[in-house]
Amino acid sequence: MTFEQARPIYLDYHATTPVDQRVMDAMIPFFTGSFGNPHSTSHAFGWEARDAVEVARAQVAEMINAEPREVIFTSGATESNNMAIKGVGRFFTGRKNHMIALKTEHKCVLESLKYMQRHDIEVTWLDVNSDGLVDVGEFAAAIRPDTALASVMLVNNEIGVIQPLAEIGALCREHGVYLHTDAAQAAGKLPIDVQAMNIDLMSLSGHKMYGPMGIGALYVRRKPRVRFEPLMDGGGQERTMRSGTLPVPLVVGFGKAAEIVSDELEAETPNVRDLRDRLLKGLQQRITDTFVNGSDTARIAGNINIGFRGGDSESLMDLLKDHVALSGGSACTSTSVEPSYVLRAIGLSDQAAHSSVRMCVGRMTTADEIEKSITAISDAVCELRNSDEAKPAASVAI
Amino acid sequence: MRDGIYLDNNATTPLRPEAKEAMLRAMDLPGNPSSVHGFGQAQRRIVEDAREQIANIAGVKPANIIFTSGGSEANNTILNGISADHILTTSVEHASVLDAVPTAMILPVDKDGSIQLDALRAALSDQTGPALLSVMAANNETGVIQPIEAVVEIAREFNAKLHVDAIQAAGKIDLMPIAAMADAMTLSAHKLGGPQGVGAIVVRDGVPFEPLVKGGGQERRRRAGTENVIGIAGFGAAAEAAMSEFVAFQALADIRDGIETALAGDAVIYGQDVPRLVNTSCIGMDGVSAETQVMAFDLAGIAISAGSACSSGKVEPSHVLRAMGLPDEKAGQTIRMSLGWANDPSDAGAFIDAWRALRARTSSEVAA
Repeated sequence: MTFEQARPIYLDYHATTPVDQRVMDAMIPFFTGSFGNPHSTSHAFGWEARDAVEVARAQVAEMINAEPREVIFTSGATESNNMAIKGVGRFFTGRKNHMIALKTEHKCVLESLKYMQRHDIEVTWLDVNSDGLVDVGEFAAAIRPDTALASVMLVNNEIGVIQPLAEIGALCREHGVYLHTDAAQAAGKLPIDVQAMNIDLMSLSGHKMYGPMGIGALYVRRKPRVRFEPLMDGGGQERTMRSGTLPVPLVVGFGKAAEIVSDELEAETPNVRDLRDRLLKGLQQRITDTFVNGSDTARIAGNINIGFRGGDSESLMDLLKDHVALSGGSACTSTSVEPSYVLRAIGLSDQAAHSSVRMCVGRMTTADEIEKSITAISDAVCELRNSDEAKPAASVAI
Repeated sequence: MRDGIYLDNNATTPLRPEAKEAMLRAMDLPGNPSSVHGFGQAQRRIVEDAREQIANIAGVKPANIIFTSGGSEANNTILNGISADHILTTSVEHASVLDAVPTAMILPVDKDGSIQLDALRAALSDQTGPALLSVMAANNETGVIQPIEAVVEIAREFNAKLHVDAIQAAGKIDLMPIAAMADAMTLSAHKLGGPQGVGAIVVRDGVPFEPLVKGGGQERRRRAGTENVIGIAGFGAAAEAAMSEFVAFQALADIRDGIETALAGDAVIYGQDVPRLVNTSCIGMDGVSAETQVMAFDLAGIAISAGSACSSGKVEPSHVLRAMGLPDEKAGQTIRMSLGWANDPSDAGAFIDAWRALRARTSSEVAA
């Protein structure tokens, strides 16, 4: 049987989420029937496209308690993160040359900051505690008079922990520091309020919240106004903050996905949490010698990051490939075999990190899939451990 | 969807059915192409198949293709990413080129919109240190095709790197000779019947550049970010369809030339005497502002544009026409009509009728 005929159970909602059927239905007319360039002002094809973009902008704004004009559409969270960090860095170079970030930020945040380090910006890299959370006192101590920006992710993509953003936001506001947050993993999984959290810049991704890939947004606060240099220059779209023709169908899909989140997140979260808890308990009951990575409490409802002593995630994923799709680290680094830097940052040894896997359940996950996953995963761990026992001790991974 | 005749294909094109089909197939599966599980591998195959399709229209290897979020990103990446002491470009480039490198030396064009090769030679011979030259293959407003072969000869003589913005040219002229000559070439899906939100850089082997968008190691570390799989699938299929319908596309020249012949004597056609894209006509109507013209056409159910779509919102006269030596007044009386794969010959008649009706009305107003 081919992959398409017998799909495994999808438990990798951090890597990407399936597109919600309602999102698909909203997008499809814009792929064909209504195809105008939203920046064409001279004819109705363009106006119709622009109107659709503005509806979507309002839908995204509502999801995060922002004004529509504070939402800038981008090609995704990676672009948004690059735009926020490099943009603020370039705007303030020579005046404010310092930034703060967590060591556990997403790779695109780390890379953007490293780029700025090569361009005369000093970066303070904050450690996280063993639960994956930053110490607010340490954060406060890192703020300097020349700090332009702090970049603190709302939810971690590997361990699902929720950083204390409201407290950090209050500190940033008090000291005149812009707070940027990578909320790609938070949107659709956690309520977000840019006002309550004092967020100045926030990156969002469509395909992590049941929308399509290739679309995201940067929230840019207007009061007090956030200043930055654009990453891309050109036609001056998105109020000159982001040039390039907007992909209308994707924007529409992203908007619809945001609307669904606004309407349904509250009702959806207890179900997701219940499924996650059943999965975790089931695995812990069936498998001995496990450990959970990251905070138990400050954690989104769908995430599990669990280690199996005596296993390694590569072999486990290989054994499970026809049954359950999960991940052994973030998808962006999953083709390299380095241990996860996030797990290393919370104090895991290389071996413990290698034995850990990430799962995330979501909107489309069913109770039946959870039961089947528990069986498949526990069988696979058991098989791995038995085969390791049969080998000479020296070749045992852990 | 509204009825109407769409003659603004240089702004964006309707999606080709082949692209739609490919996109619907891609939508059917979840999965991040960087994930190692089966879901991810299925997405990866879609991306790599599309990469091959794009490579085919450019006549390069799939590894030479880097997907981006569109033409603007592709242009910004290359112009900021290729290391050079001097950047030179022409006065008729798209805003995503001109604004990406605001300090670039701007080379003049002649009244037909073609780059002045003598000026290029003189500028390059004055430079010391590595230079990057950016010249568009075809202009979005006039359709004028630049003599890339002659440009390359001069660039090579002075060891300058060459970037060709082929966003308007793709699907309309053969890209293979251009890709063979250029160090980098940039493309956009939605100008050739693909979706908005996806584009590509075609980069020659051994031409390094600093990525614009950093992060995960996607696109061989040259463009981070989860791939827009649905968009990429549509781009690949659209490119393939554009290539197989290349001959049919060239027949749009008959419709365009029919319009221009019908208006001859009354209208001014810019760039008519030099090689042009077969689908584009840049038409001036004396004494009538472009805004009045586009509104009149819109009322007649015909979508055209005044200048490029990106400068919409602003009512400045086209920088392209000004660069060709037109006074602001004339530049402000010019519209662009651009055909695409979905147009048919009857659309020409509708355009001509609307143009003549407006001409007659405005002439009588002037007379009265």
